[in-house]
Amino acid sequence: MKSELNENALLEGLAQNDRLAIETLYRQHYKMVQALIINNQGTIDDARDIFQETMIVLYEKAKSGNFELNCQIKTYVYSVSRRLWLKRLQQLQKYVPNVNGMDEIVPVEEEVELAEQRNADFQLMEKAMMNLGEPCKSLLEAFYVQKKSMTEIAGNFGYTNADNAKNQKYKCLMRLKKIFFAQYKNESA
Amino acid sequence: MEELQMLDAVERYIRGQMNSQEKEYFEQLRKSNPEVDQLVVAHTMFLNQLNKYGEQKNFKAVLNEVHHDLVEAGEIKEKAPQAKVFDLFRRNKKVWAVAACIAGVTALAIAGMVSYYTQKTNTLVLENLSRQIKQDMAKTKREVRNELNDTKKAIPKIPETAVPISGGTGFLIDVKGFIVTNAHVVNDATNVVVQNNKQQEYRAKTVYINPVTDIAILKIVDEDFKSFPSLPYGIKKTGADLGEQLFTLGYPRDEIVYNEGYMSAKTGYKGDTMYCQIGISANPGNSGGPVFNKNGEVIGMINTRQLQAEGVVFAVTAKNIFRSLEDARKDTAFGNVKLNSNSSIKNLDRTQQVKKIEDCVFMVKSY
Repeated sequence: MKSELNENALLEGLAQNDRLAIETLYRQHYKMVQALIINNQGTIDDARDIFQETMIVLYEKAKSGNFELNCQIKTYVYSVSRRLWLKRLQQLQKYVPNVNGMDEIVPVEEEVELAEQRNADFQLMEKAMMNLGEPCKSLLEAFYVQKKSMTEIAGNFGYTNADNAKNQKYKCLMRLKKIFFAQYKNESA
Repeated sequence: MEELQMLDAVERYIRGQMNSQEKEYFEQLRKSNPEVDQLVVAHTMFLNQLNKYGEQKNFKAVLNEVHHDLVEAGEIKEKAPQAKVFDLFRRNKKVWAVAACIAGVTALAIAGMVSYYTQKTNTLVLENLSRQIKQDMAKTKREVRNELNDTKKAIPKIPETAVPISGGTGFLIDVKGFIVTNAHVVNDATNVVVQNNKQQEYRAKTVYINPVTDIAILKIVDEDFKSFPSLPYGIKKTGADLGEQLFTLGYPRDEIVYNEGYMSAKTGYKGDTMYCQIGISANPGNSGGPVFNKNGEVIGMINTRQLQAEGVVFAVTAKNIFRSLEDARKDTAFGNVKLNSNSSIKNLDRTQQVKKIEDCVFMVKSY
């Protein structure tokens, strides 16, 4: 029972973005995923990609609060990674009759589909950010990603006061919105 | 500016940073103005996306950091820990090295052998269809002696010890014993002997030879030879049409052999207009054999075949035979030779035609 408690604690830590929890999970499971990917036509970079994607799935799950893990984290991580890698192989049109490794897997279709959606959204926003250009990109990221305060940002970016920075930020935000929604419509059309 | 203020208001509303009075006013506005409402909905969704983006980006950054740290600390090795193939490779390095060496040597040897042997055949694309007559010298002698003992009829036309160097086919173009064959059949010959399908041999001499057109004309100079009353076949100057049925007689072996085929192309190897291509099976010994159309008219004379291809045989066209004869008339005394252009076996069936023709087709042996 002790390990179960530990696992729950780990997930809680993960949800709160706790560095130690992330590191522990990383140390516990990365090797297994790497072996899986490499034994099935993947590279080191693929392994890293897939594992991090899996970690994001786990992170989102843990954060959502209604995550009830009814198996070991290890099994869950393995199942998600395996599913993700199979999808990737399918996209690359490589045929893999049987991804071998552990037999014990849990159904993770839903999570993987969600992850795909999330990835698509992420890429959409990333692309919009790329098209936005500097200094808008840095400004917006400072506020919305790094969650810095307007005064801090004004100092960093050399605006005379926070209000000025705020105005600039809204201008940038409007442009980003325009780019984003243009792409969004394209994608959904 | 208004837009910016609006955006500010919307964002503060969404983030719950408005005081109650302001909020009430804004909600009123939202209800009365669908555009504002639309803006709020869209912005909420957008901020949501942006938030998620931020979270993911942060999380990914942390993951990368952790990955980097763990690699640095040696907790994670960026190589396959359980890849069996690599493991096997490492364990059996020496064996692999030896195997590789052997494989390399074998590959080189095979490549060498292949190139050595292919060189020879590549240079020879066309093969002359004259036959190397491989007769054991002793055997020839014995046979000749036996024949001498058994029957006095067959008198050998050649010295006992001679061995033919090559053989081909030839056919009469004149009743007095003029025979056409390929130049390559009699090229190196000091003596030429022709033999008909009844195994009778006659001495002949070369009266005309042209290696360029590959045509030679022989004259039978033997008292045993009795001139024919007439030739059954004629020689057709105009050639044959594509797809026309053709047949040939020749001596790829000691027996006369019949073969059937068709006209494949009006030119020879690489578009050579002196020749035509025939789809027929021909073997060494068929060289100089006449090619007949269904009327029993000579339309050509077999001379080569393409080595890499199946059933591709080339023949000298009849027109060239005419031309050679004209050439020959100029300087030798056979002005009275006249090529027959009518065929008397036109409407006979094939077996009858062959029966008549075979007497006029000879095996040509060079000594």
